[in-house]
Amino acid sequence: MESKRLVAKHPLFVRITHWINGPVLLIMLYSGLLIYWANDVYEISIGGFVLVKFFPAWFYKLLDLEGGLARGMSLHFAFAWFFTINGVIYVALTFLTGYWRHLCPNRRTPIEAFHVLLHDLKLRKEKPPQGIFNAAQKMAYCGVIAMGAGSLLTGLAILKPVQLSWLLWCFGGYEFARLIHFALTIGYVLFFCIHIAQVIRAGWNNFRAMVAGYEVATVPPEPPHEPRIEAAVPAG
Amino acid sequence: MSHASKPPSQPVEPAIVTPAEARRRTRRAFIGFGLAGAFGGGAWAWLATRSDLDNIPWPLRRAHEANEALSRTVFDPGKLGPEFPRSRAAEPRPNGSHGMPDRFANDWSVAVSWAGGAEQRLDRKELFDGVERVESTIEFKCIEGWSQIVTWGGYRFVDVAAKRGWPVEKFANASMTTVDGSYYVGLDMPSLLHPQSLLCDAMNGEPLPFNHGGPVRLTMPVKYGIKSIKWLGRIELRNDRPADYWAKRGYDWFSGH
Repeated sequence: MESKRLVAKHPLFVRITHWINGPVLLIMLYSGLLIYWANDVYEISIGGFVLVKFFPAWFYKLLDLEGGLARGMSLHFAFAWFFTINGVIYVALTFLTGYWRHLCPNRRTPIEAFHVLLHDLKLRKEKPPQGIFNAAQKMAYCGVIAMGAGSLLTGLAILKPVQLSWLLWCFGGYEFARLIHFALTIGYVLFFCIHIAQVIRAGWNNFRAMVAGYEVATVPPEPPHEPRIEAAVPAG
Repeated sequence: MSHASKPPSQPVEPAIVTPAEARRRTRRAFIGFGLAGAFGGGAWAWLATRSDLDNIPWPLRRAHEANEALSRTVFDPGKLGPEFPRSRAAEPRPNGSHGMPDRFANDWSVAVSWAGGAEQRLDRKELFDGVERVESTIEFKCIEGWSQIVTWGGYRFVDVAAKRGWPVEKFANASMTTVDGSYYVGLDMPSLLHPQSLLCDAMNGEPLPFNHGGPVRLTMPVKYGIKSIKWLGRIELRNDRPADYWAKRGYDWFSGH
Protein backbone atom coordinates (compact mmCIF):
# COMPACT_ATOMS: atom_id res chain seq x y z
CA MET A 1 0.00 0.00 0.00
CA GLU A 2 1.12 3.53 -0.74
CA SER A 3 2.22 5.52 2.33
CA LYS A 4 2.65 9.22 3.06
CA ARG A 5 5.71 10.71 4.63
CA LEU A 6 5.33 13.85 6.74
CA VAL A 7 8.36 16.08 6.36
CA ALA A 8 8.65 18.74 9.04
CA LYS A 9 9.16 22.20 7.58
CA HIS A 10 8.04 25.12 9.75
CA PRO A 11 8.21 24.86 13.55
CA LEU A 12 5.19 25.96 15.59
CA PHE A 13 6.71 29.29 16.69
CA VAL A 14 7.31 30.28 13.05
CA ARG A 15 3.73 29.47 12.07
CA ILE A 16 2.20 31.28 15.06
CA THR A 17 4.31 34.44 14.69
CA HIS A 18 3.79 34.40 10.91
CA TRP A 19 0.01 34.26 11.16
CA ILE A 20 -0.10 36.88 13.92
CA ASN A 21 2.17 39.16 11.95
CA GLY A 22 -0.02 39.07 8.83
CA PRO A 23 -3.18 40.67 10.26
CA VAL A 24 -1.22 42.91 12.65
CA LEU A 25 0.86 44.28 9.77
CA LEU A 26 -2.36 44.81 7.80
CA ILE A 27 -3.77 46.88 10.70
CA MET A 28 -0.48 48.83 10.90
CA LEU A 29 -0.74 49.52 7.16
CA TYR A 30 -4.37 50.60 7.42
CA SER A 31 -3.85 52.84 10.46
CA GLY A 32 -0.64 54.19 8.91
CA LEU A 33 -2.63 55.24 5.83
CA LEU A 34 -5.19 56.96 8.08
CA ILE A 35 -2.28 58.95 9.58
CA TYR A 36 -0.53 59.58 6.27
CA TRP A 37 -3.72 61.01 4.73
CA ALA A 38 -3.40 64.07 7.01
CA ASN A 39 -0.15 65.08 5.27
CA ASP A 40 0.13 63.09 2.03
CA VAL A 41 3.14 64.77 0.48
CA TYR A 42 5.03 61.94 -1.21
CA GLU A 43 5.20 61.36 -4.94
CA ILE A 44 7.60 60.03 -7.55
CA SER A 45 8.25 62.59 -10.24
CA ILE A 46 10.74 63.10 -13.06
CA GLY A 47 11.45 66.66 -14.12
CA GLY A 48 8.27 67.97 -12.55
CA PHE A 49 6.13 65.28 -14.15
CA VAL A 50 4.39 63.23 -11.46
CA LEU A 51 4.66 59.51 -12.19
CA VAL A 52 3.07 58.21 -9.01
CA LYS A 53 1.18 60.28 -6.45
CA PHE A 54 0.88 58.77 -2.96
CA PHE A 55 -2.06 58.74 -3.11
CA PRO A 56 -4.71 59.98 -5.55
CA ALA A 57 -8.03 61.12 -4.08
CA TRP A 58 -9.93 58.08 -5.38
CA PHE A 59 -7.62 55.79 -3.39
CA TYR A 60 -8.59 57.35 -0.04
CA LYS A 61 -12.25 57.36 -1.03
CA LEU A 62 -12.19 53.73 -2.09
CA LEU A 63 -10.65 52.55 1.18
CA ASP A 64 -12.52 55.07 3.36
CA LEU A 65 -9.31 56.61 4.68
CA GLU A 66 -10.40 60.24 4.93
CA GLY A 67 -10.57 62.16 8.20
CA GLY A 68 -9.33 59.34 10.42
CA LEU A 69 -6.11 60.77 11.85
CA ALA A 70 -7.10 60.42 15.52
CA ARG A 71 -8.43 56.90 15.02
CA GLY A 72 -5.38 55.97 12.95
CA MET A 73 -2.97 57.13 15.64
CA SER A 74 -4.84 55.29 18.38
CA LEU A 75 -4.76 52.04 16.38
CA HIS A 76 -1.17 52.50 15.22
CA PHE A 77 0.32 53.07 18.67
CA ALA A 78 -1.68 50.22 20.23
CA PHE A 79 -0.98 47.60 17.54
CA ALA A 80 2.67 48.67 17.28
CA TRP A 81 3.07 46.74 20.55
CA PHE A 82 1.75 43.52 19.01
CA PHE A 83 3.93 44.07 15.94
CA THR A 84 7.01 44.64 18.12
CA ILE A 85 6.45 41.86 20.67
CA ASN A 86 5.57 39.32 17.96
CA GLY A 87 8.64 40.33 15.97
CA VAL A 88 10.96 40.15 18.96
CA ILE A 89 9.63 36.69 19.91
CA TYR A 90 10.14 35.48 16.33
CA VAL A 91 13.70 36.76 16.09
CA ALA A 92 14.62 35.51 19.59
CA LEU A 93 13.27 32.00 18.93
CA THR A 94 14.90 31.96 15.51
CA PHE A 95 18.25 32.33 17.23
CA LEU A 96 17.49 30.13 20.25
CA THR A 97 16.29 27.18 18.15
CA GLY A 98 19.02 27.43 15.53
CA TYR A 99 16.33 28.08 12.89
CA TRP A 100 18.38 31.09 11.74
CA ARG A 101 20.66 28.65 9.90
CA HIS A 102 17.84 28.01 7.40
CA LEU A 103 17.51 31.74 6.77
CA CYS A 104 20.97 33.22 7.03
CA PRO A 105 22.42 34.11 3.63
CA ASN A 106 26.08 33.46 2.88
CA ARG A 107 28.48 34.65 0.20
CA ARG A 108 26.90 32.42 -2.46
CA THR A 109 23.31 33.37 -1.64
CA PRO A 110 22.99 36.51 -3.80
CA ILE A 111 24.16 34.74 -6.97
CA GLU A 112 22.03 31.68 -6.14
CA ALA A 113 19.07 33.99 -5.58
CA PHE A 114 19.66 35.35 -9.07
CA HIS A 115 19.63 31.76 -10.39
CA VAL A 116 16.30 31.20 -8.61
CA LEU A 117 14.94 34.32 -10.28
CA LEU A 118 16.09 33.10 -13.70
CA HIS A 119 14.62 29.67 -13.02
CA ASP A 120 11.28 31.16 -11.90
CA LEU A 121 11.20 33.29 -15.05
CA LYS A 122 11.89 30.10 -17.08
CA LEU A 123 15.20 31.51 -18.31
CA ARG A 124 17.29 28.84 -16.59
CA LYS A 125 16.55 25.12 -16.69
CA GLU A 126 18.60 23.86 -13.76
CA LYS A 127 16.59 23.85 -10.54
CA PRO A 128 18.44 25.66 -7.75
CA PRO A 129 18.84 23.93 -4.35
CA GLN A 130 15.69 24.38 -2.29
CA GLY A 131 16.25 23.39 1.37
CA ILE A 132 13.55 24.85 3.62
CA PHE A 133 14.17 28.15 1.88
CA ASN A 134 15.88 28.68 -1.44
CA ALA A 135 18.41 31.49 -1.92
CA ALA A 136 15.82 33.98 -3.17
CA GLN A 137 13.60 33.24 -0.19
CA LYS A 138 16.55 33.71 2.18
CA MET A 139 17.24 37.13 0.68
CA ALA A 140 13.58 38.14 0.73
CA TYR A 141 12.82 36.90 4.26
CA CYS A 142 16.00 38.30 5.82
CA GLY A 143 15.25 41.52 4.00
CA VAL A 144 11.71 41.75 5.30
CA ILE A 145 12.88 41.05 8.87
CA ALA A 146 15.37 43.92 8.52
CA MET A 147 12.55 46.07 7.13
CA GLY A 148 10.48 45.26 10.21
CA ALA A 149 13.31 46.45 12.44
CA GLY A 150 13.60 49.54 10.25
CA SER A 151 9.90 50.32 10.59
CA LEU A 152 10.08 49.94 14.36
CA LEU A 153 13.16 52.16 14.71
CA THR A 154 12.08 54.91 12.28
CA GLY A 155 8.64 54.83 13.91
CA LEU A 156 10.15 55.29 17.37
CA ALA A 157 12.35 58.09 16.06
CA ILE A 158 9.40 60.11 14.73
CA LEU A 159 7.25 59.22 17.75
CA LYS A 160 9.81 60.53 20.28
CA PRO A 161 12.01 62.92 18.27
CA VAL A 162 13.29 64.72 21.38
CA GLN A 163 13.75 61.84 23.81
CA LEU A 164 15.27 59.71 21.04
CA SER A 165 16.99 62.53 19.17
CA TRP A 166 20.12 60.33 18.67
CA LEU A 167 17.97 57.76 16.86
CA LEU A 168 16.34 60.51 14.80
CA TRP A 169 19.82 61.74 13.87
CA CYS A 170 20.75 58.22 12.70
CA PHE A 171 17.84 58.31 10.25
CA GLY A 172 18.72 61.75 8.89
CA GLY A 173 16.24 63.85 10.84
CA TYR A 174 12.48 64.03 11.32
CA GLU A 175 11.38 64.40 7.71
CA PHE A 176 13.78 61.82 6.29
CA ALA A 177 12.87 59.30 9.01
CA ARG A 178 9.20 59.79 8.10
CA LEU A 179 10.04 59.20 4.44
CA ILE A 180 11.92 55.96 5.27
CA HIS A 181 9.00 54.85 7.44
CA PHE A 182 6.66 55.40 4.50
CA ALA A 183 8.97 53.82 1.90
CA LEU A 184 9.24 50.67 4.03
CA THR A 185 5.46 50.45 3.98
CA ILE A 186 5.47 50.51 0.20
CA GLY A 187 8.14 47.82 0.43
CA TYR A 188 5.82 45.59 2.48
CA VAL A 189 3.10 45.94 -0.12
CA LEU A 190 5.51 44.89 -2.89
CA PHE A 191 6.79 42.02 -0.73
CA PHE A 192 3.22 40.94 -0.06
CA CYS A 193 2.29 40.88 -3.76
CA ILE A 194 5.30 38.72 -4.71
CA HIS A 195 4.84 36.56 -1.61
CA ILE A 196 1.22 35.77 -2.47
CA ALA A 197 2.06 35.10 -6.11
CA GLN A 198 4.86 32.73 -5.12
CA VAL A 199 2.71 30.92 -2.57
CA ILE A 200 0.05 30.34 -5.22
CA ARG A 201 2.72 29.18 -7.68
CA ALA A 202 4.35 26.84 -5.15
CA GLY A 203 1.04 25.12 -4.51
CA TRP A 204 -0.92 23.38 -1.81
CA ASN A 205 1.80 21.32 -0.15
CA ASN A 206 3.90 24.44 0.49
CA PHE A 207 0.92 26.37 1.86
CA ARG A 208 -0.13 23.48 4.08
CA ALA A 209 3.35 23.49 5.62
CA MET A 210 2.78 27.04 6.87
CA VAL A 211 -0.42 25.86 8.59
CA ALA A 212 0.26 22.22 9.59
CA GLY A 213 4.03 22.47 9.84
CA TYR A 214 4.92 19.62 7.47
CA GLU A 215 4.89 18.82 3.81
CA VAL A 216 3.46 15.49 2.69
CA ALA A 217 5.53 13.30 0.40
CA THR A 218 4.37 10.08 -1.25
CA VAL A 219 6.43 7.02 -0.38
CA PRO A 220 6.71 4.58 -3.28
CA PRO A 221 5.22 1.21 -2.24
CA GLU A 222 7.90 -1.19 -3.67
CA PRO A 223 11.10 -0.62 -1.70
CA PRO A 224 10.93 -1.49 1.98
CA HIS A 225 10.92 1.69 4.00
CA GLU A 226 13.05 0.47 6.90
CA PRO A 227 15.95 2.81 5.98
CA ARG A 228 13.60 5.75 6.02
CA ILE A 229 12.14 4.76 9.38
CA GLU A 230 15.66 4.48 10.74
CA ALA A 231 16.30 7.95 9.42
CA ALA A 232 13.32 9.07 11.44
CA VAL A 233 14.98 8.07 14.70
CA PRO A 234 16.93 11.04 16.03
CA ALA A 235 20.63 10.42 15.83
CA GLY A 236 22.61 10.17 19.03
CA MET B 1 22.24 18.84 -2.87
CA SER B 2 25.91 18.79 -1.99
CA HIS B 3 25.94 22.21 -0.35
CA ALA B 4 26.32 22.32 3.40
CA SER B 5 23.94 25.29 3.33
CA LYS B 6 21.05 22.89 2.84
CA PRO B 7 19.94 21.82 6.30
CA PRO B 8 18.52 18.34 6.79
CA SER B 9 14.76 18.18 7.28
CA GLN B 10 13.74 16.67 10.58
CA PRO B 11 10.99 14.07 10.10
CA VAL B 12 7.98 14.22 12.41
CA GLU B 13 7.16 11.17 14.51
CA PRO B 14 5.81 8.98 13.06
CA ALA B 15 7.21 10.02 9.72
CA ILE B 16 5.39 7.39 7.67
CA VAL B 17 1.60 7.46 7.82
CA THR B 18 -1.33 6.19 5.80
CA PRO B 19 -2.95 8.63 3.34
CA ALA B 20 -6.03 8.73 5.60
CA GLU B 21 -3.89 9.66 8.58
CA ALA B 22 -2.17 12.41 6.56
CA ARG B 23 -5.58 13.80 5.57
CA ARG B 24 -6.80 13.62 9.17
CA ARG B 25 -3.79 15.56 10.45
CA THR B 26 -4.13 18.18 7.73
CA ARG B 27 -7.82 18.60 8.55
CA ARG B 28 -7.02 18.96 12.25
CA ALA B 29 -4.37 21.61 11.54
CA PHE B 30 -6.74 23.62 9.36
CA ILE B 31 -9.54 23.45 11.92
CA GLY B 32 -7.13 24.90 14.48
CA PHE B 33 -6.08 27.52 11.93
CA GLY B 34 -9.70 28.45 11.27
CA LEU B 35 -10.48 28.72 14.99
CA ALA B 36 -7.46 30.97 15.52
CA GLY B 37 -8.59 33.13 12.58
CA ALA B 38 -12.11 33.33 14.00
CA PHE B 39 -10.66 34.36 17.37
CA GLY B 40 -8.64 37.13 15.69
CA GLY B 41 -11.65 38.34 13.72
CA GLY B 42 -13.74 38.24 16.88
CA ALA B 43 -11.17 40.30 18.77
CA TRP B 44 -11.20 42.93 16.00
CA ALA B 45 -15.02 43.04 16.00
CA TRP B 46 -14.97 43.36 19.80
CA LEU B 47 -12.57 46.30 19.62
CA ALA B 48 -14.63 48.03 16.92
CA THR B 49 -17.83 47.80 18.96
CA ARG B 50 -16.51 49.09 22.32
CA SER B 51 -18.03 52.32 23.60
CA ASP B 52 -16.06 55.49 22.94
CA LEU B 53 -13.96 57.27 25.52
CA ASP B 54 -13.33 60.76 24.12
CA ASN B 55 -14.11 59.73 20.57
CA ILE B 56 -12.11 56.48 20.28
CA PRO B 57 -13.01 52.96 21.53
CA TRP B 58 -12.08 52.77 25.20
CA PRO B 59 -9.41 50.04 24.80
CA LEU B 60 -7.53 52.34 22.41
CA ARG B 61 -7.88 55.24 24.88
CA ARG B 62 -6.43 52.96 27.57
CA ALA B 63 -3.58 52.08 25.20
CA HIS B 64 -2.83 55.82 24.77
CA GLU B 65 -2.79 56.14 28.55
CA ALA B 66 -0.48 53.14 28.98
CA ASN B 67 1.89 54.61 26.38
CA GLU B 68 1.68 57.92 28.25
CA ALA B 69 2.60 56.25 31.55
CA LEU B 70 5.66 54.73 29.90
CA SER B 71 6.56 58.03 28.21
CA ARG B 72 6.34 59.90 31.52
CA THR B 73 8.55 57.30 33.20
CA VAL B 74 11.34 57.64 30.65
CA PHE B 75 10.89 61.41 30.07
CA ASP B 76 14.24 63.09 30.59
CA PRO B 77 13.82 66.88 30.96
CA GLY B 78 17.53 67.25 30.19
CA LYS B 79 17.06 65.98 26.62
CA LEU B 80 16.66 68.92 24.25
CA GLY B 81 15.06 69.06 20.85
CA PRO B 82 17.73 69.61 18.17
CA GLU B 83 18.53 73.27 17.50
CA PHE B 84 19.03 74.46 13.91
CA PRO B 85 20.76 77.46 12.32
CA ARG B 86 18.46 80.47 12.22
CA SER B 87 18.87 80.69 8.45
CA ARG B 88 16.78 77.53 8.05
CA ALA B 89 13.78 78.98 9.86
CA ALA B 90 10.63 79.89 7.95
CA GLU B 91 6.98 80.60 8.64
CA PRO B 92 5.01 77.52 9.66
CA ARG B 93 1.56 76.84 8.29
CA PRO B 94 -0.85 78.84 10.51
CA ASN B 95 -2.93 75.73 11.10
CA GLY B 96 -6.03 76.12 13.21
CA SER B 97 -7.92 79.22 14.21
CA HIS B 98 -9.78 77.73 17.19
CA GLY B 99 -9.99 80.39 19.87
CA MET B 100 -8.86 83.20 17.57
CA PRO B 101 -10.09 86.55 18.92
CA ASP B 102 -11.69 89.24 16.72
CA ARG B 103 -8.64 91.46 16.78
CA PHE B 104 -5.04 91.68 18.01
CA ALA B 105 -5.10 92.41 21.77
CA ASN B 106 -2.98 95.53 22.36
CA ASP B 107 -4.19 95.52 25.96
CA TRP B 108 -3.30 91.82 26.40
CA SER B 109 -3.05 90.22 29.82
CA VAL B 110 -3.04 86.69 31.18
CA ALA B 111 -4.86 85.30 34.23
CA VAL B 112 -2.82 82.88 36.34
CA SER B 113 -4.42 80.87 39.12
CA TRP B 114 -4.02 77.79 41.32
CA ALA B 115 -5.93 76.20 44.17
CA GLY B 116 -5.21 78.04 47.42
CA GLY B 117 -3.80 81.19 45.83
CA ALA B 118 -5.12 84.55 44.66
CA GLU B 119 -5.49 84.91 40.90
CA GLN B 120 -2.78 86.97 39.22
CA ARG B 121 -3.71 89.19 36.29
CA LEU B 122 -0.53 90.18 34.46
CA ASP B 123 0.10 92.25 31.36
CA ARG B 124 3.16 91.58 29.22
CA LYS B 125 5.48 93.81 31.22
CA GLU B 126 4.32 92.37 34.52
CA LEU B 127 4.61 88.83 33.21
CA PHE B 128 8.06 89.02 31.65
CA ASP B 129 9.79 91.78 33.64
CA GLY B 130 13.22 90.66 34.83
CA VAL B 131 13.05 87.28 33.05
CA GLU B 132 15.90 86.31 30.70
CA ARG B 133 14.86 86.59 27.06
CA VAL B 134 15.73 83.56 24.91
CA GLU B 135 15.54 82.49 21.29
CA SER B 136 15.24 78.90 20.12
CA THR B 137 15.33 77.55 16.56
CA ILE B 138 13.62 74.19 16.69
CA GLU B 139 11.52 71.89 14.58
CA PHE B 140 7.85 72.63 15.04
CA LYS B 141 5.98 69.34 14.49
CA CYS B 142 2.31 69.20 13.59
CA ILE B 143 0.32 66.12 14.58
CA GLU B 144 -0.75 65.95 10.91
CA GLY B 145 2.78 64.92 10.01
CA TRP B 146 4.44 68.04 8.63
CA SER B 147 7.18 69.95 10.36
CA GLN B 148 8.83 73.35 10.01
CA ILE B 149 11.97 74.84 11.50
CA VAL B 150 10.98 78.04 13.31
CA THR B 151 12.87 80.53 15.47
CA TRP B 152 10.74 81.26 18.53
CA GLY B 153 11.57 84.21 20.77
CA GLY B 154 10.30 84.69 24.30
CA TYR B 155 10.81 83.46 27.84
CA ARG B 156 11.21 80.01 29.35
CA PHE B 157 8.01 79.06 31.16
CA VAL B 158 10.14 77.69 34.02
CA ASP B 159 11.92 81.07 34.40
CA VAL B 160 8.67 83.06 34.30
CA ALA B 161 7.12 80.74 36.88
CA ALA B 162 10.11 81.16 39.21
CA LYS B 163 10.17 84.97 38.81
CA ARG B 164 6.41 85.36 39.36
CA GLY B 165 6.30 82.94 42.27
CA TRP B 166 3.99 80.35 40.74
CA PRO B 167 4.10 77.18 42.91
CA VAL B 168 4.64 74.85 39.93
CA GLU B 169 6.35 72.21 42.09
CA LYS B 170 3.07 71.60 43.93
CA PHE B 171 1.08 70.76 40.81
CA ALA B 172 1.24 67.84 38.39
CA ASN B 173 -0.44 69.56 35.45
CA ALA B 174 -1.53 72.85 34.00
CA SER B 175 -4.46 73.99 31.93
CA MET B 176 -4.04 76.76 29.38
CA THR B 177 -6.90 78.38 27.49
CA THR B 178 -7.29 81.03 24.83
CA VAL B 179 -8.64 84.46 25.79
CA ASP B 180 -12.19 83.42 24.86
CA GLY B 181 -11.82 79.96 26.47
CA SER B 182 -12.91 78.09 23.34
CA TYR B 183 -9.53 76.36 22.82
CA TYR B 184 -7.80 74.71 25.73
CA VAL B 185 -4.88 72.36 26.34
CA GLY B 186 -3.92 70.11 29.21
CA LEU B 187 -0.19 69.86 29.89
CA ASP B 188 1.90 67.75 32.24
CA MET B 189 4.15 69.90 34.41
CA PRO B 190 7.49 68.21 33.54
CA SER B 191 6.93 69.00 29.84
CA LEU B 192 5.92 72.57 30.63
CA LEU B 193 9.05 73.06 32.76
CA HIS B 194 11.27 71.74 29.94
CA PRO B 195 13.92 74.40 29.10
CA GLN B 196 12.64 74.73 25.50
CA SER B 197 9.02 75.37 26.54
CA LEU B 198 8.54 79.08 25.94
CA LEU B 199 5.94 81.76 26.51
CA CYS B 200 6.57 83.18 23.11
CA ASP B 201 6.03 86.66 21.67
CA ALA B 202 8.31 86.58 18.61
CA MET B 203 8.62 84.39 15.54
CA ASN B 204 11.59 84.39 13.17
CA GLY B 205 12.85 87.68 14.58
CA GLU B 206 9.53 89.54 14.25
CA PRO B 207 6.81 90.21 16.82
CA LEU B 208 4.53 87.14 16.93
CA PRO B 209 1.94 87.64 14.14
CA PHE B 210 -1.74 87.63 15.06
CA ASN B 211 -2.55 84.50 13.01
CA HIS B 212 0.25 82.64 14.83
CA GLY B 213 -1.19 83.46 18.24
CA GLY B 214 0.06 87.00 18.89
CA PRO B 215 0.63 88.70 21.18
CA VAL B 216 1.59 85.68 23.35
CA ARG B 217 1.46 81.94 22.79
CA LEU B 218 3.10 78.80 24.11
CA THR B 219 5.66 76.82 22.07
CA MET B 220 7.29 73.55 23.07
CA PRO B 221 9.29 71.02 21.00
CA VAL B 222 8.41 68.23 23.44
CA LYS B 223 4.79 68.19 22.20
CA TYR B 224 2.94 68.24 18.90
CA GLY B 225 1.85 71.70 17.73
CA ILE B 226 -1.71 71.17 19.00
CA LYS B 227 -0.35 71.81 22.51
CA SER B 228 1.39 75.08 21.56
CA ILE B 229 -1.69 77.14 22.37
CA LYS B 230 -2.11 80.48 20.59
CA TRP B 231 -3.75 83.70 21.95
CA LEU B 232 -2.99 82.61 25.50
CA GLY B 233 -5.50 83.98 28.00
CA ARG B 234 -5.41 81.83 31.12
CA ILE B 235 -2.98 79.54 32.93
CA GLU B 236 -4.23 77.33 35.74
CA LEU B 237 -1.99 75.06 37.80
CA ARG B 238 -3.86 71.87 38.65
CA ASN B 239 -3.43 68.41 40.04
CA ASP B 240 -6.28 66.75 38.14
CA ARG B 241 -6.03 66.07 34.43
CA PRO B 242 -7.17 69.23 32.62
CA ALA B 243 -9.49 68.94 29.64
CA ASP B 244 -7.85 69.15 26.23
CA TYR B 245 -9.56 70.29 23.04
CA TRP B 246 -8.05 67.68 20.71
CA ALA B 247 -7.87 64.86 23.28
CA LYS B 248 -11.67 65.15 23.53
CA ARG B 249 -11.78 64.65 19.76
CA GLY B 250 -9.91 61.35 19.82
CA TYR B 251 -6.26 62.37 20.09
CA ASP B 252 -3.70 61.35 22.69
CA TRP B 253 -3.86 63.67 25.72
CA PHE B 254 -0.10 63.46 26.28
CA SER B 255 1.07 63.86 22.64
CA GLY B 256 4.63 64.14 23.93
CA HIS B 257 7.99 63.84 22.24
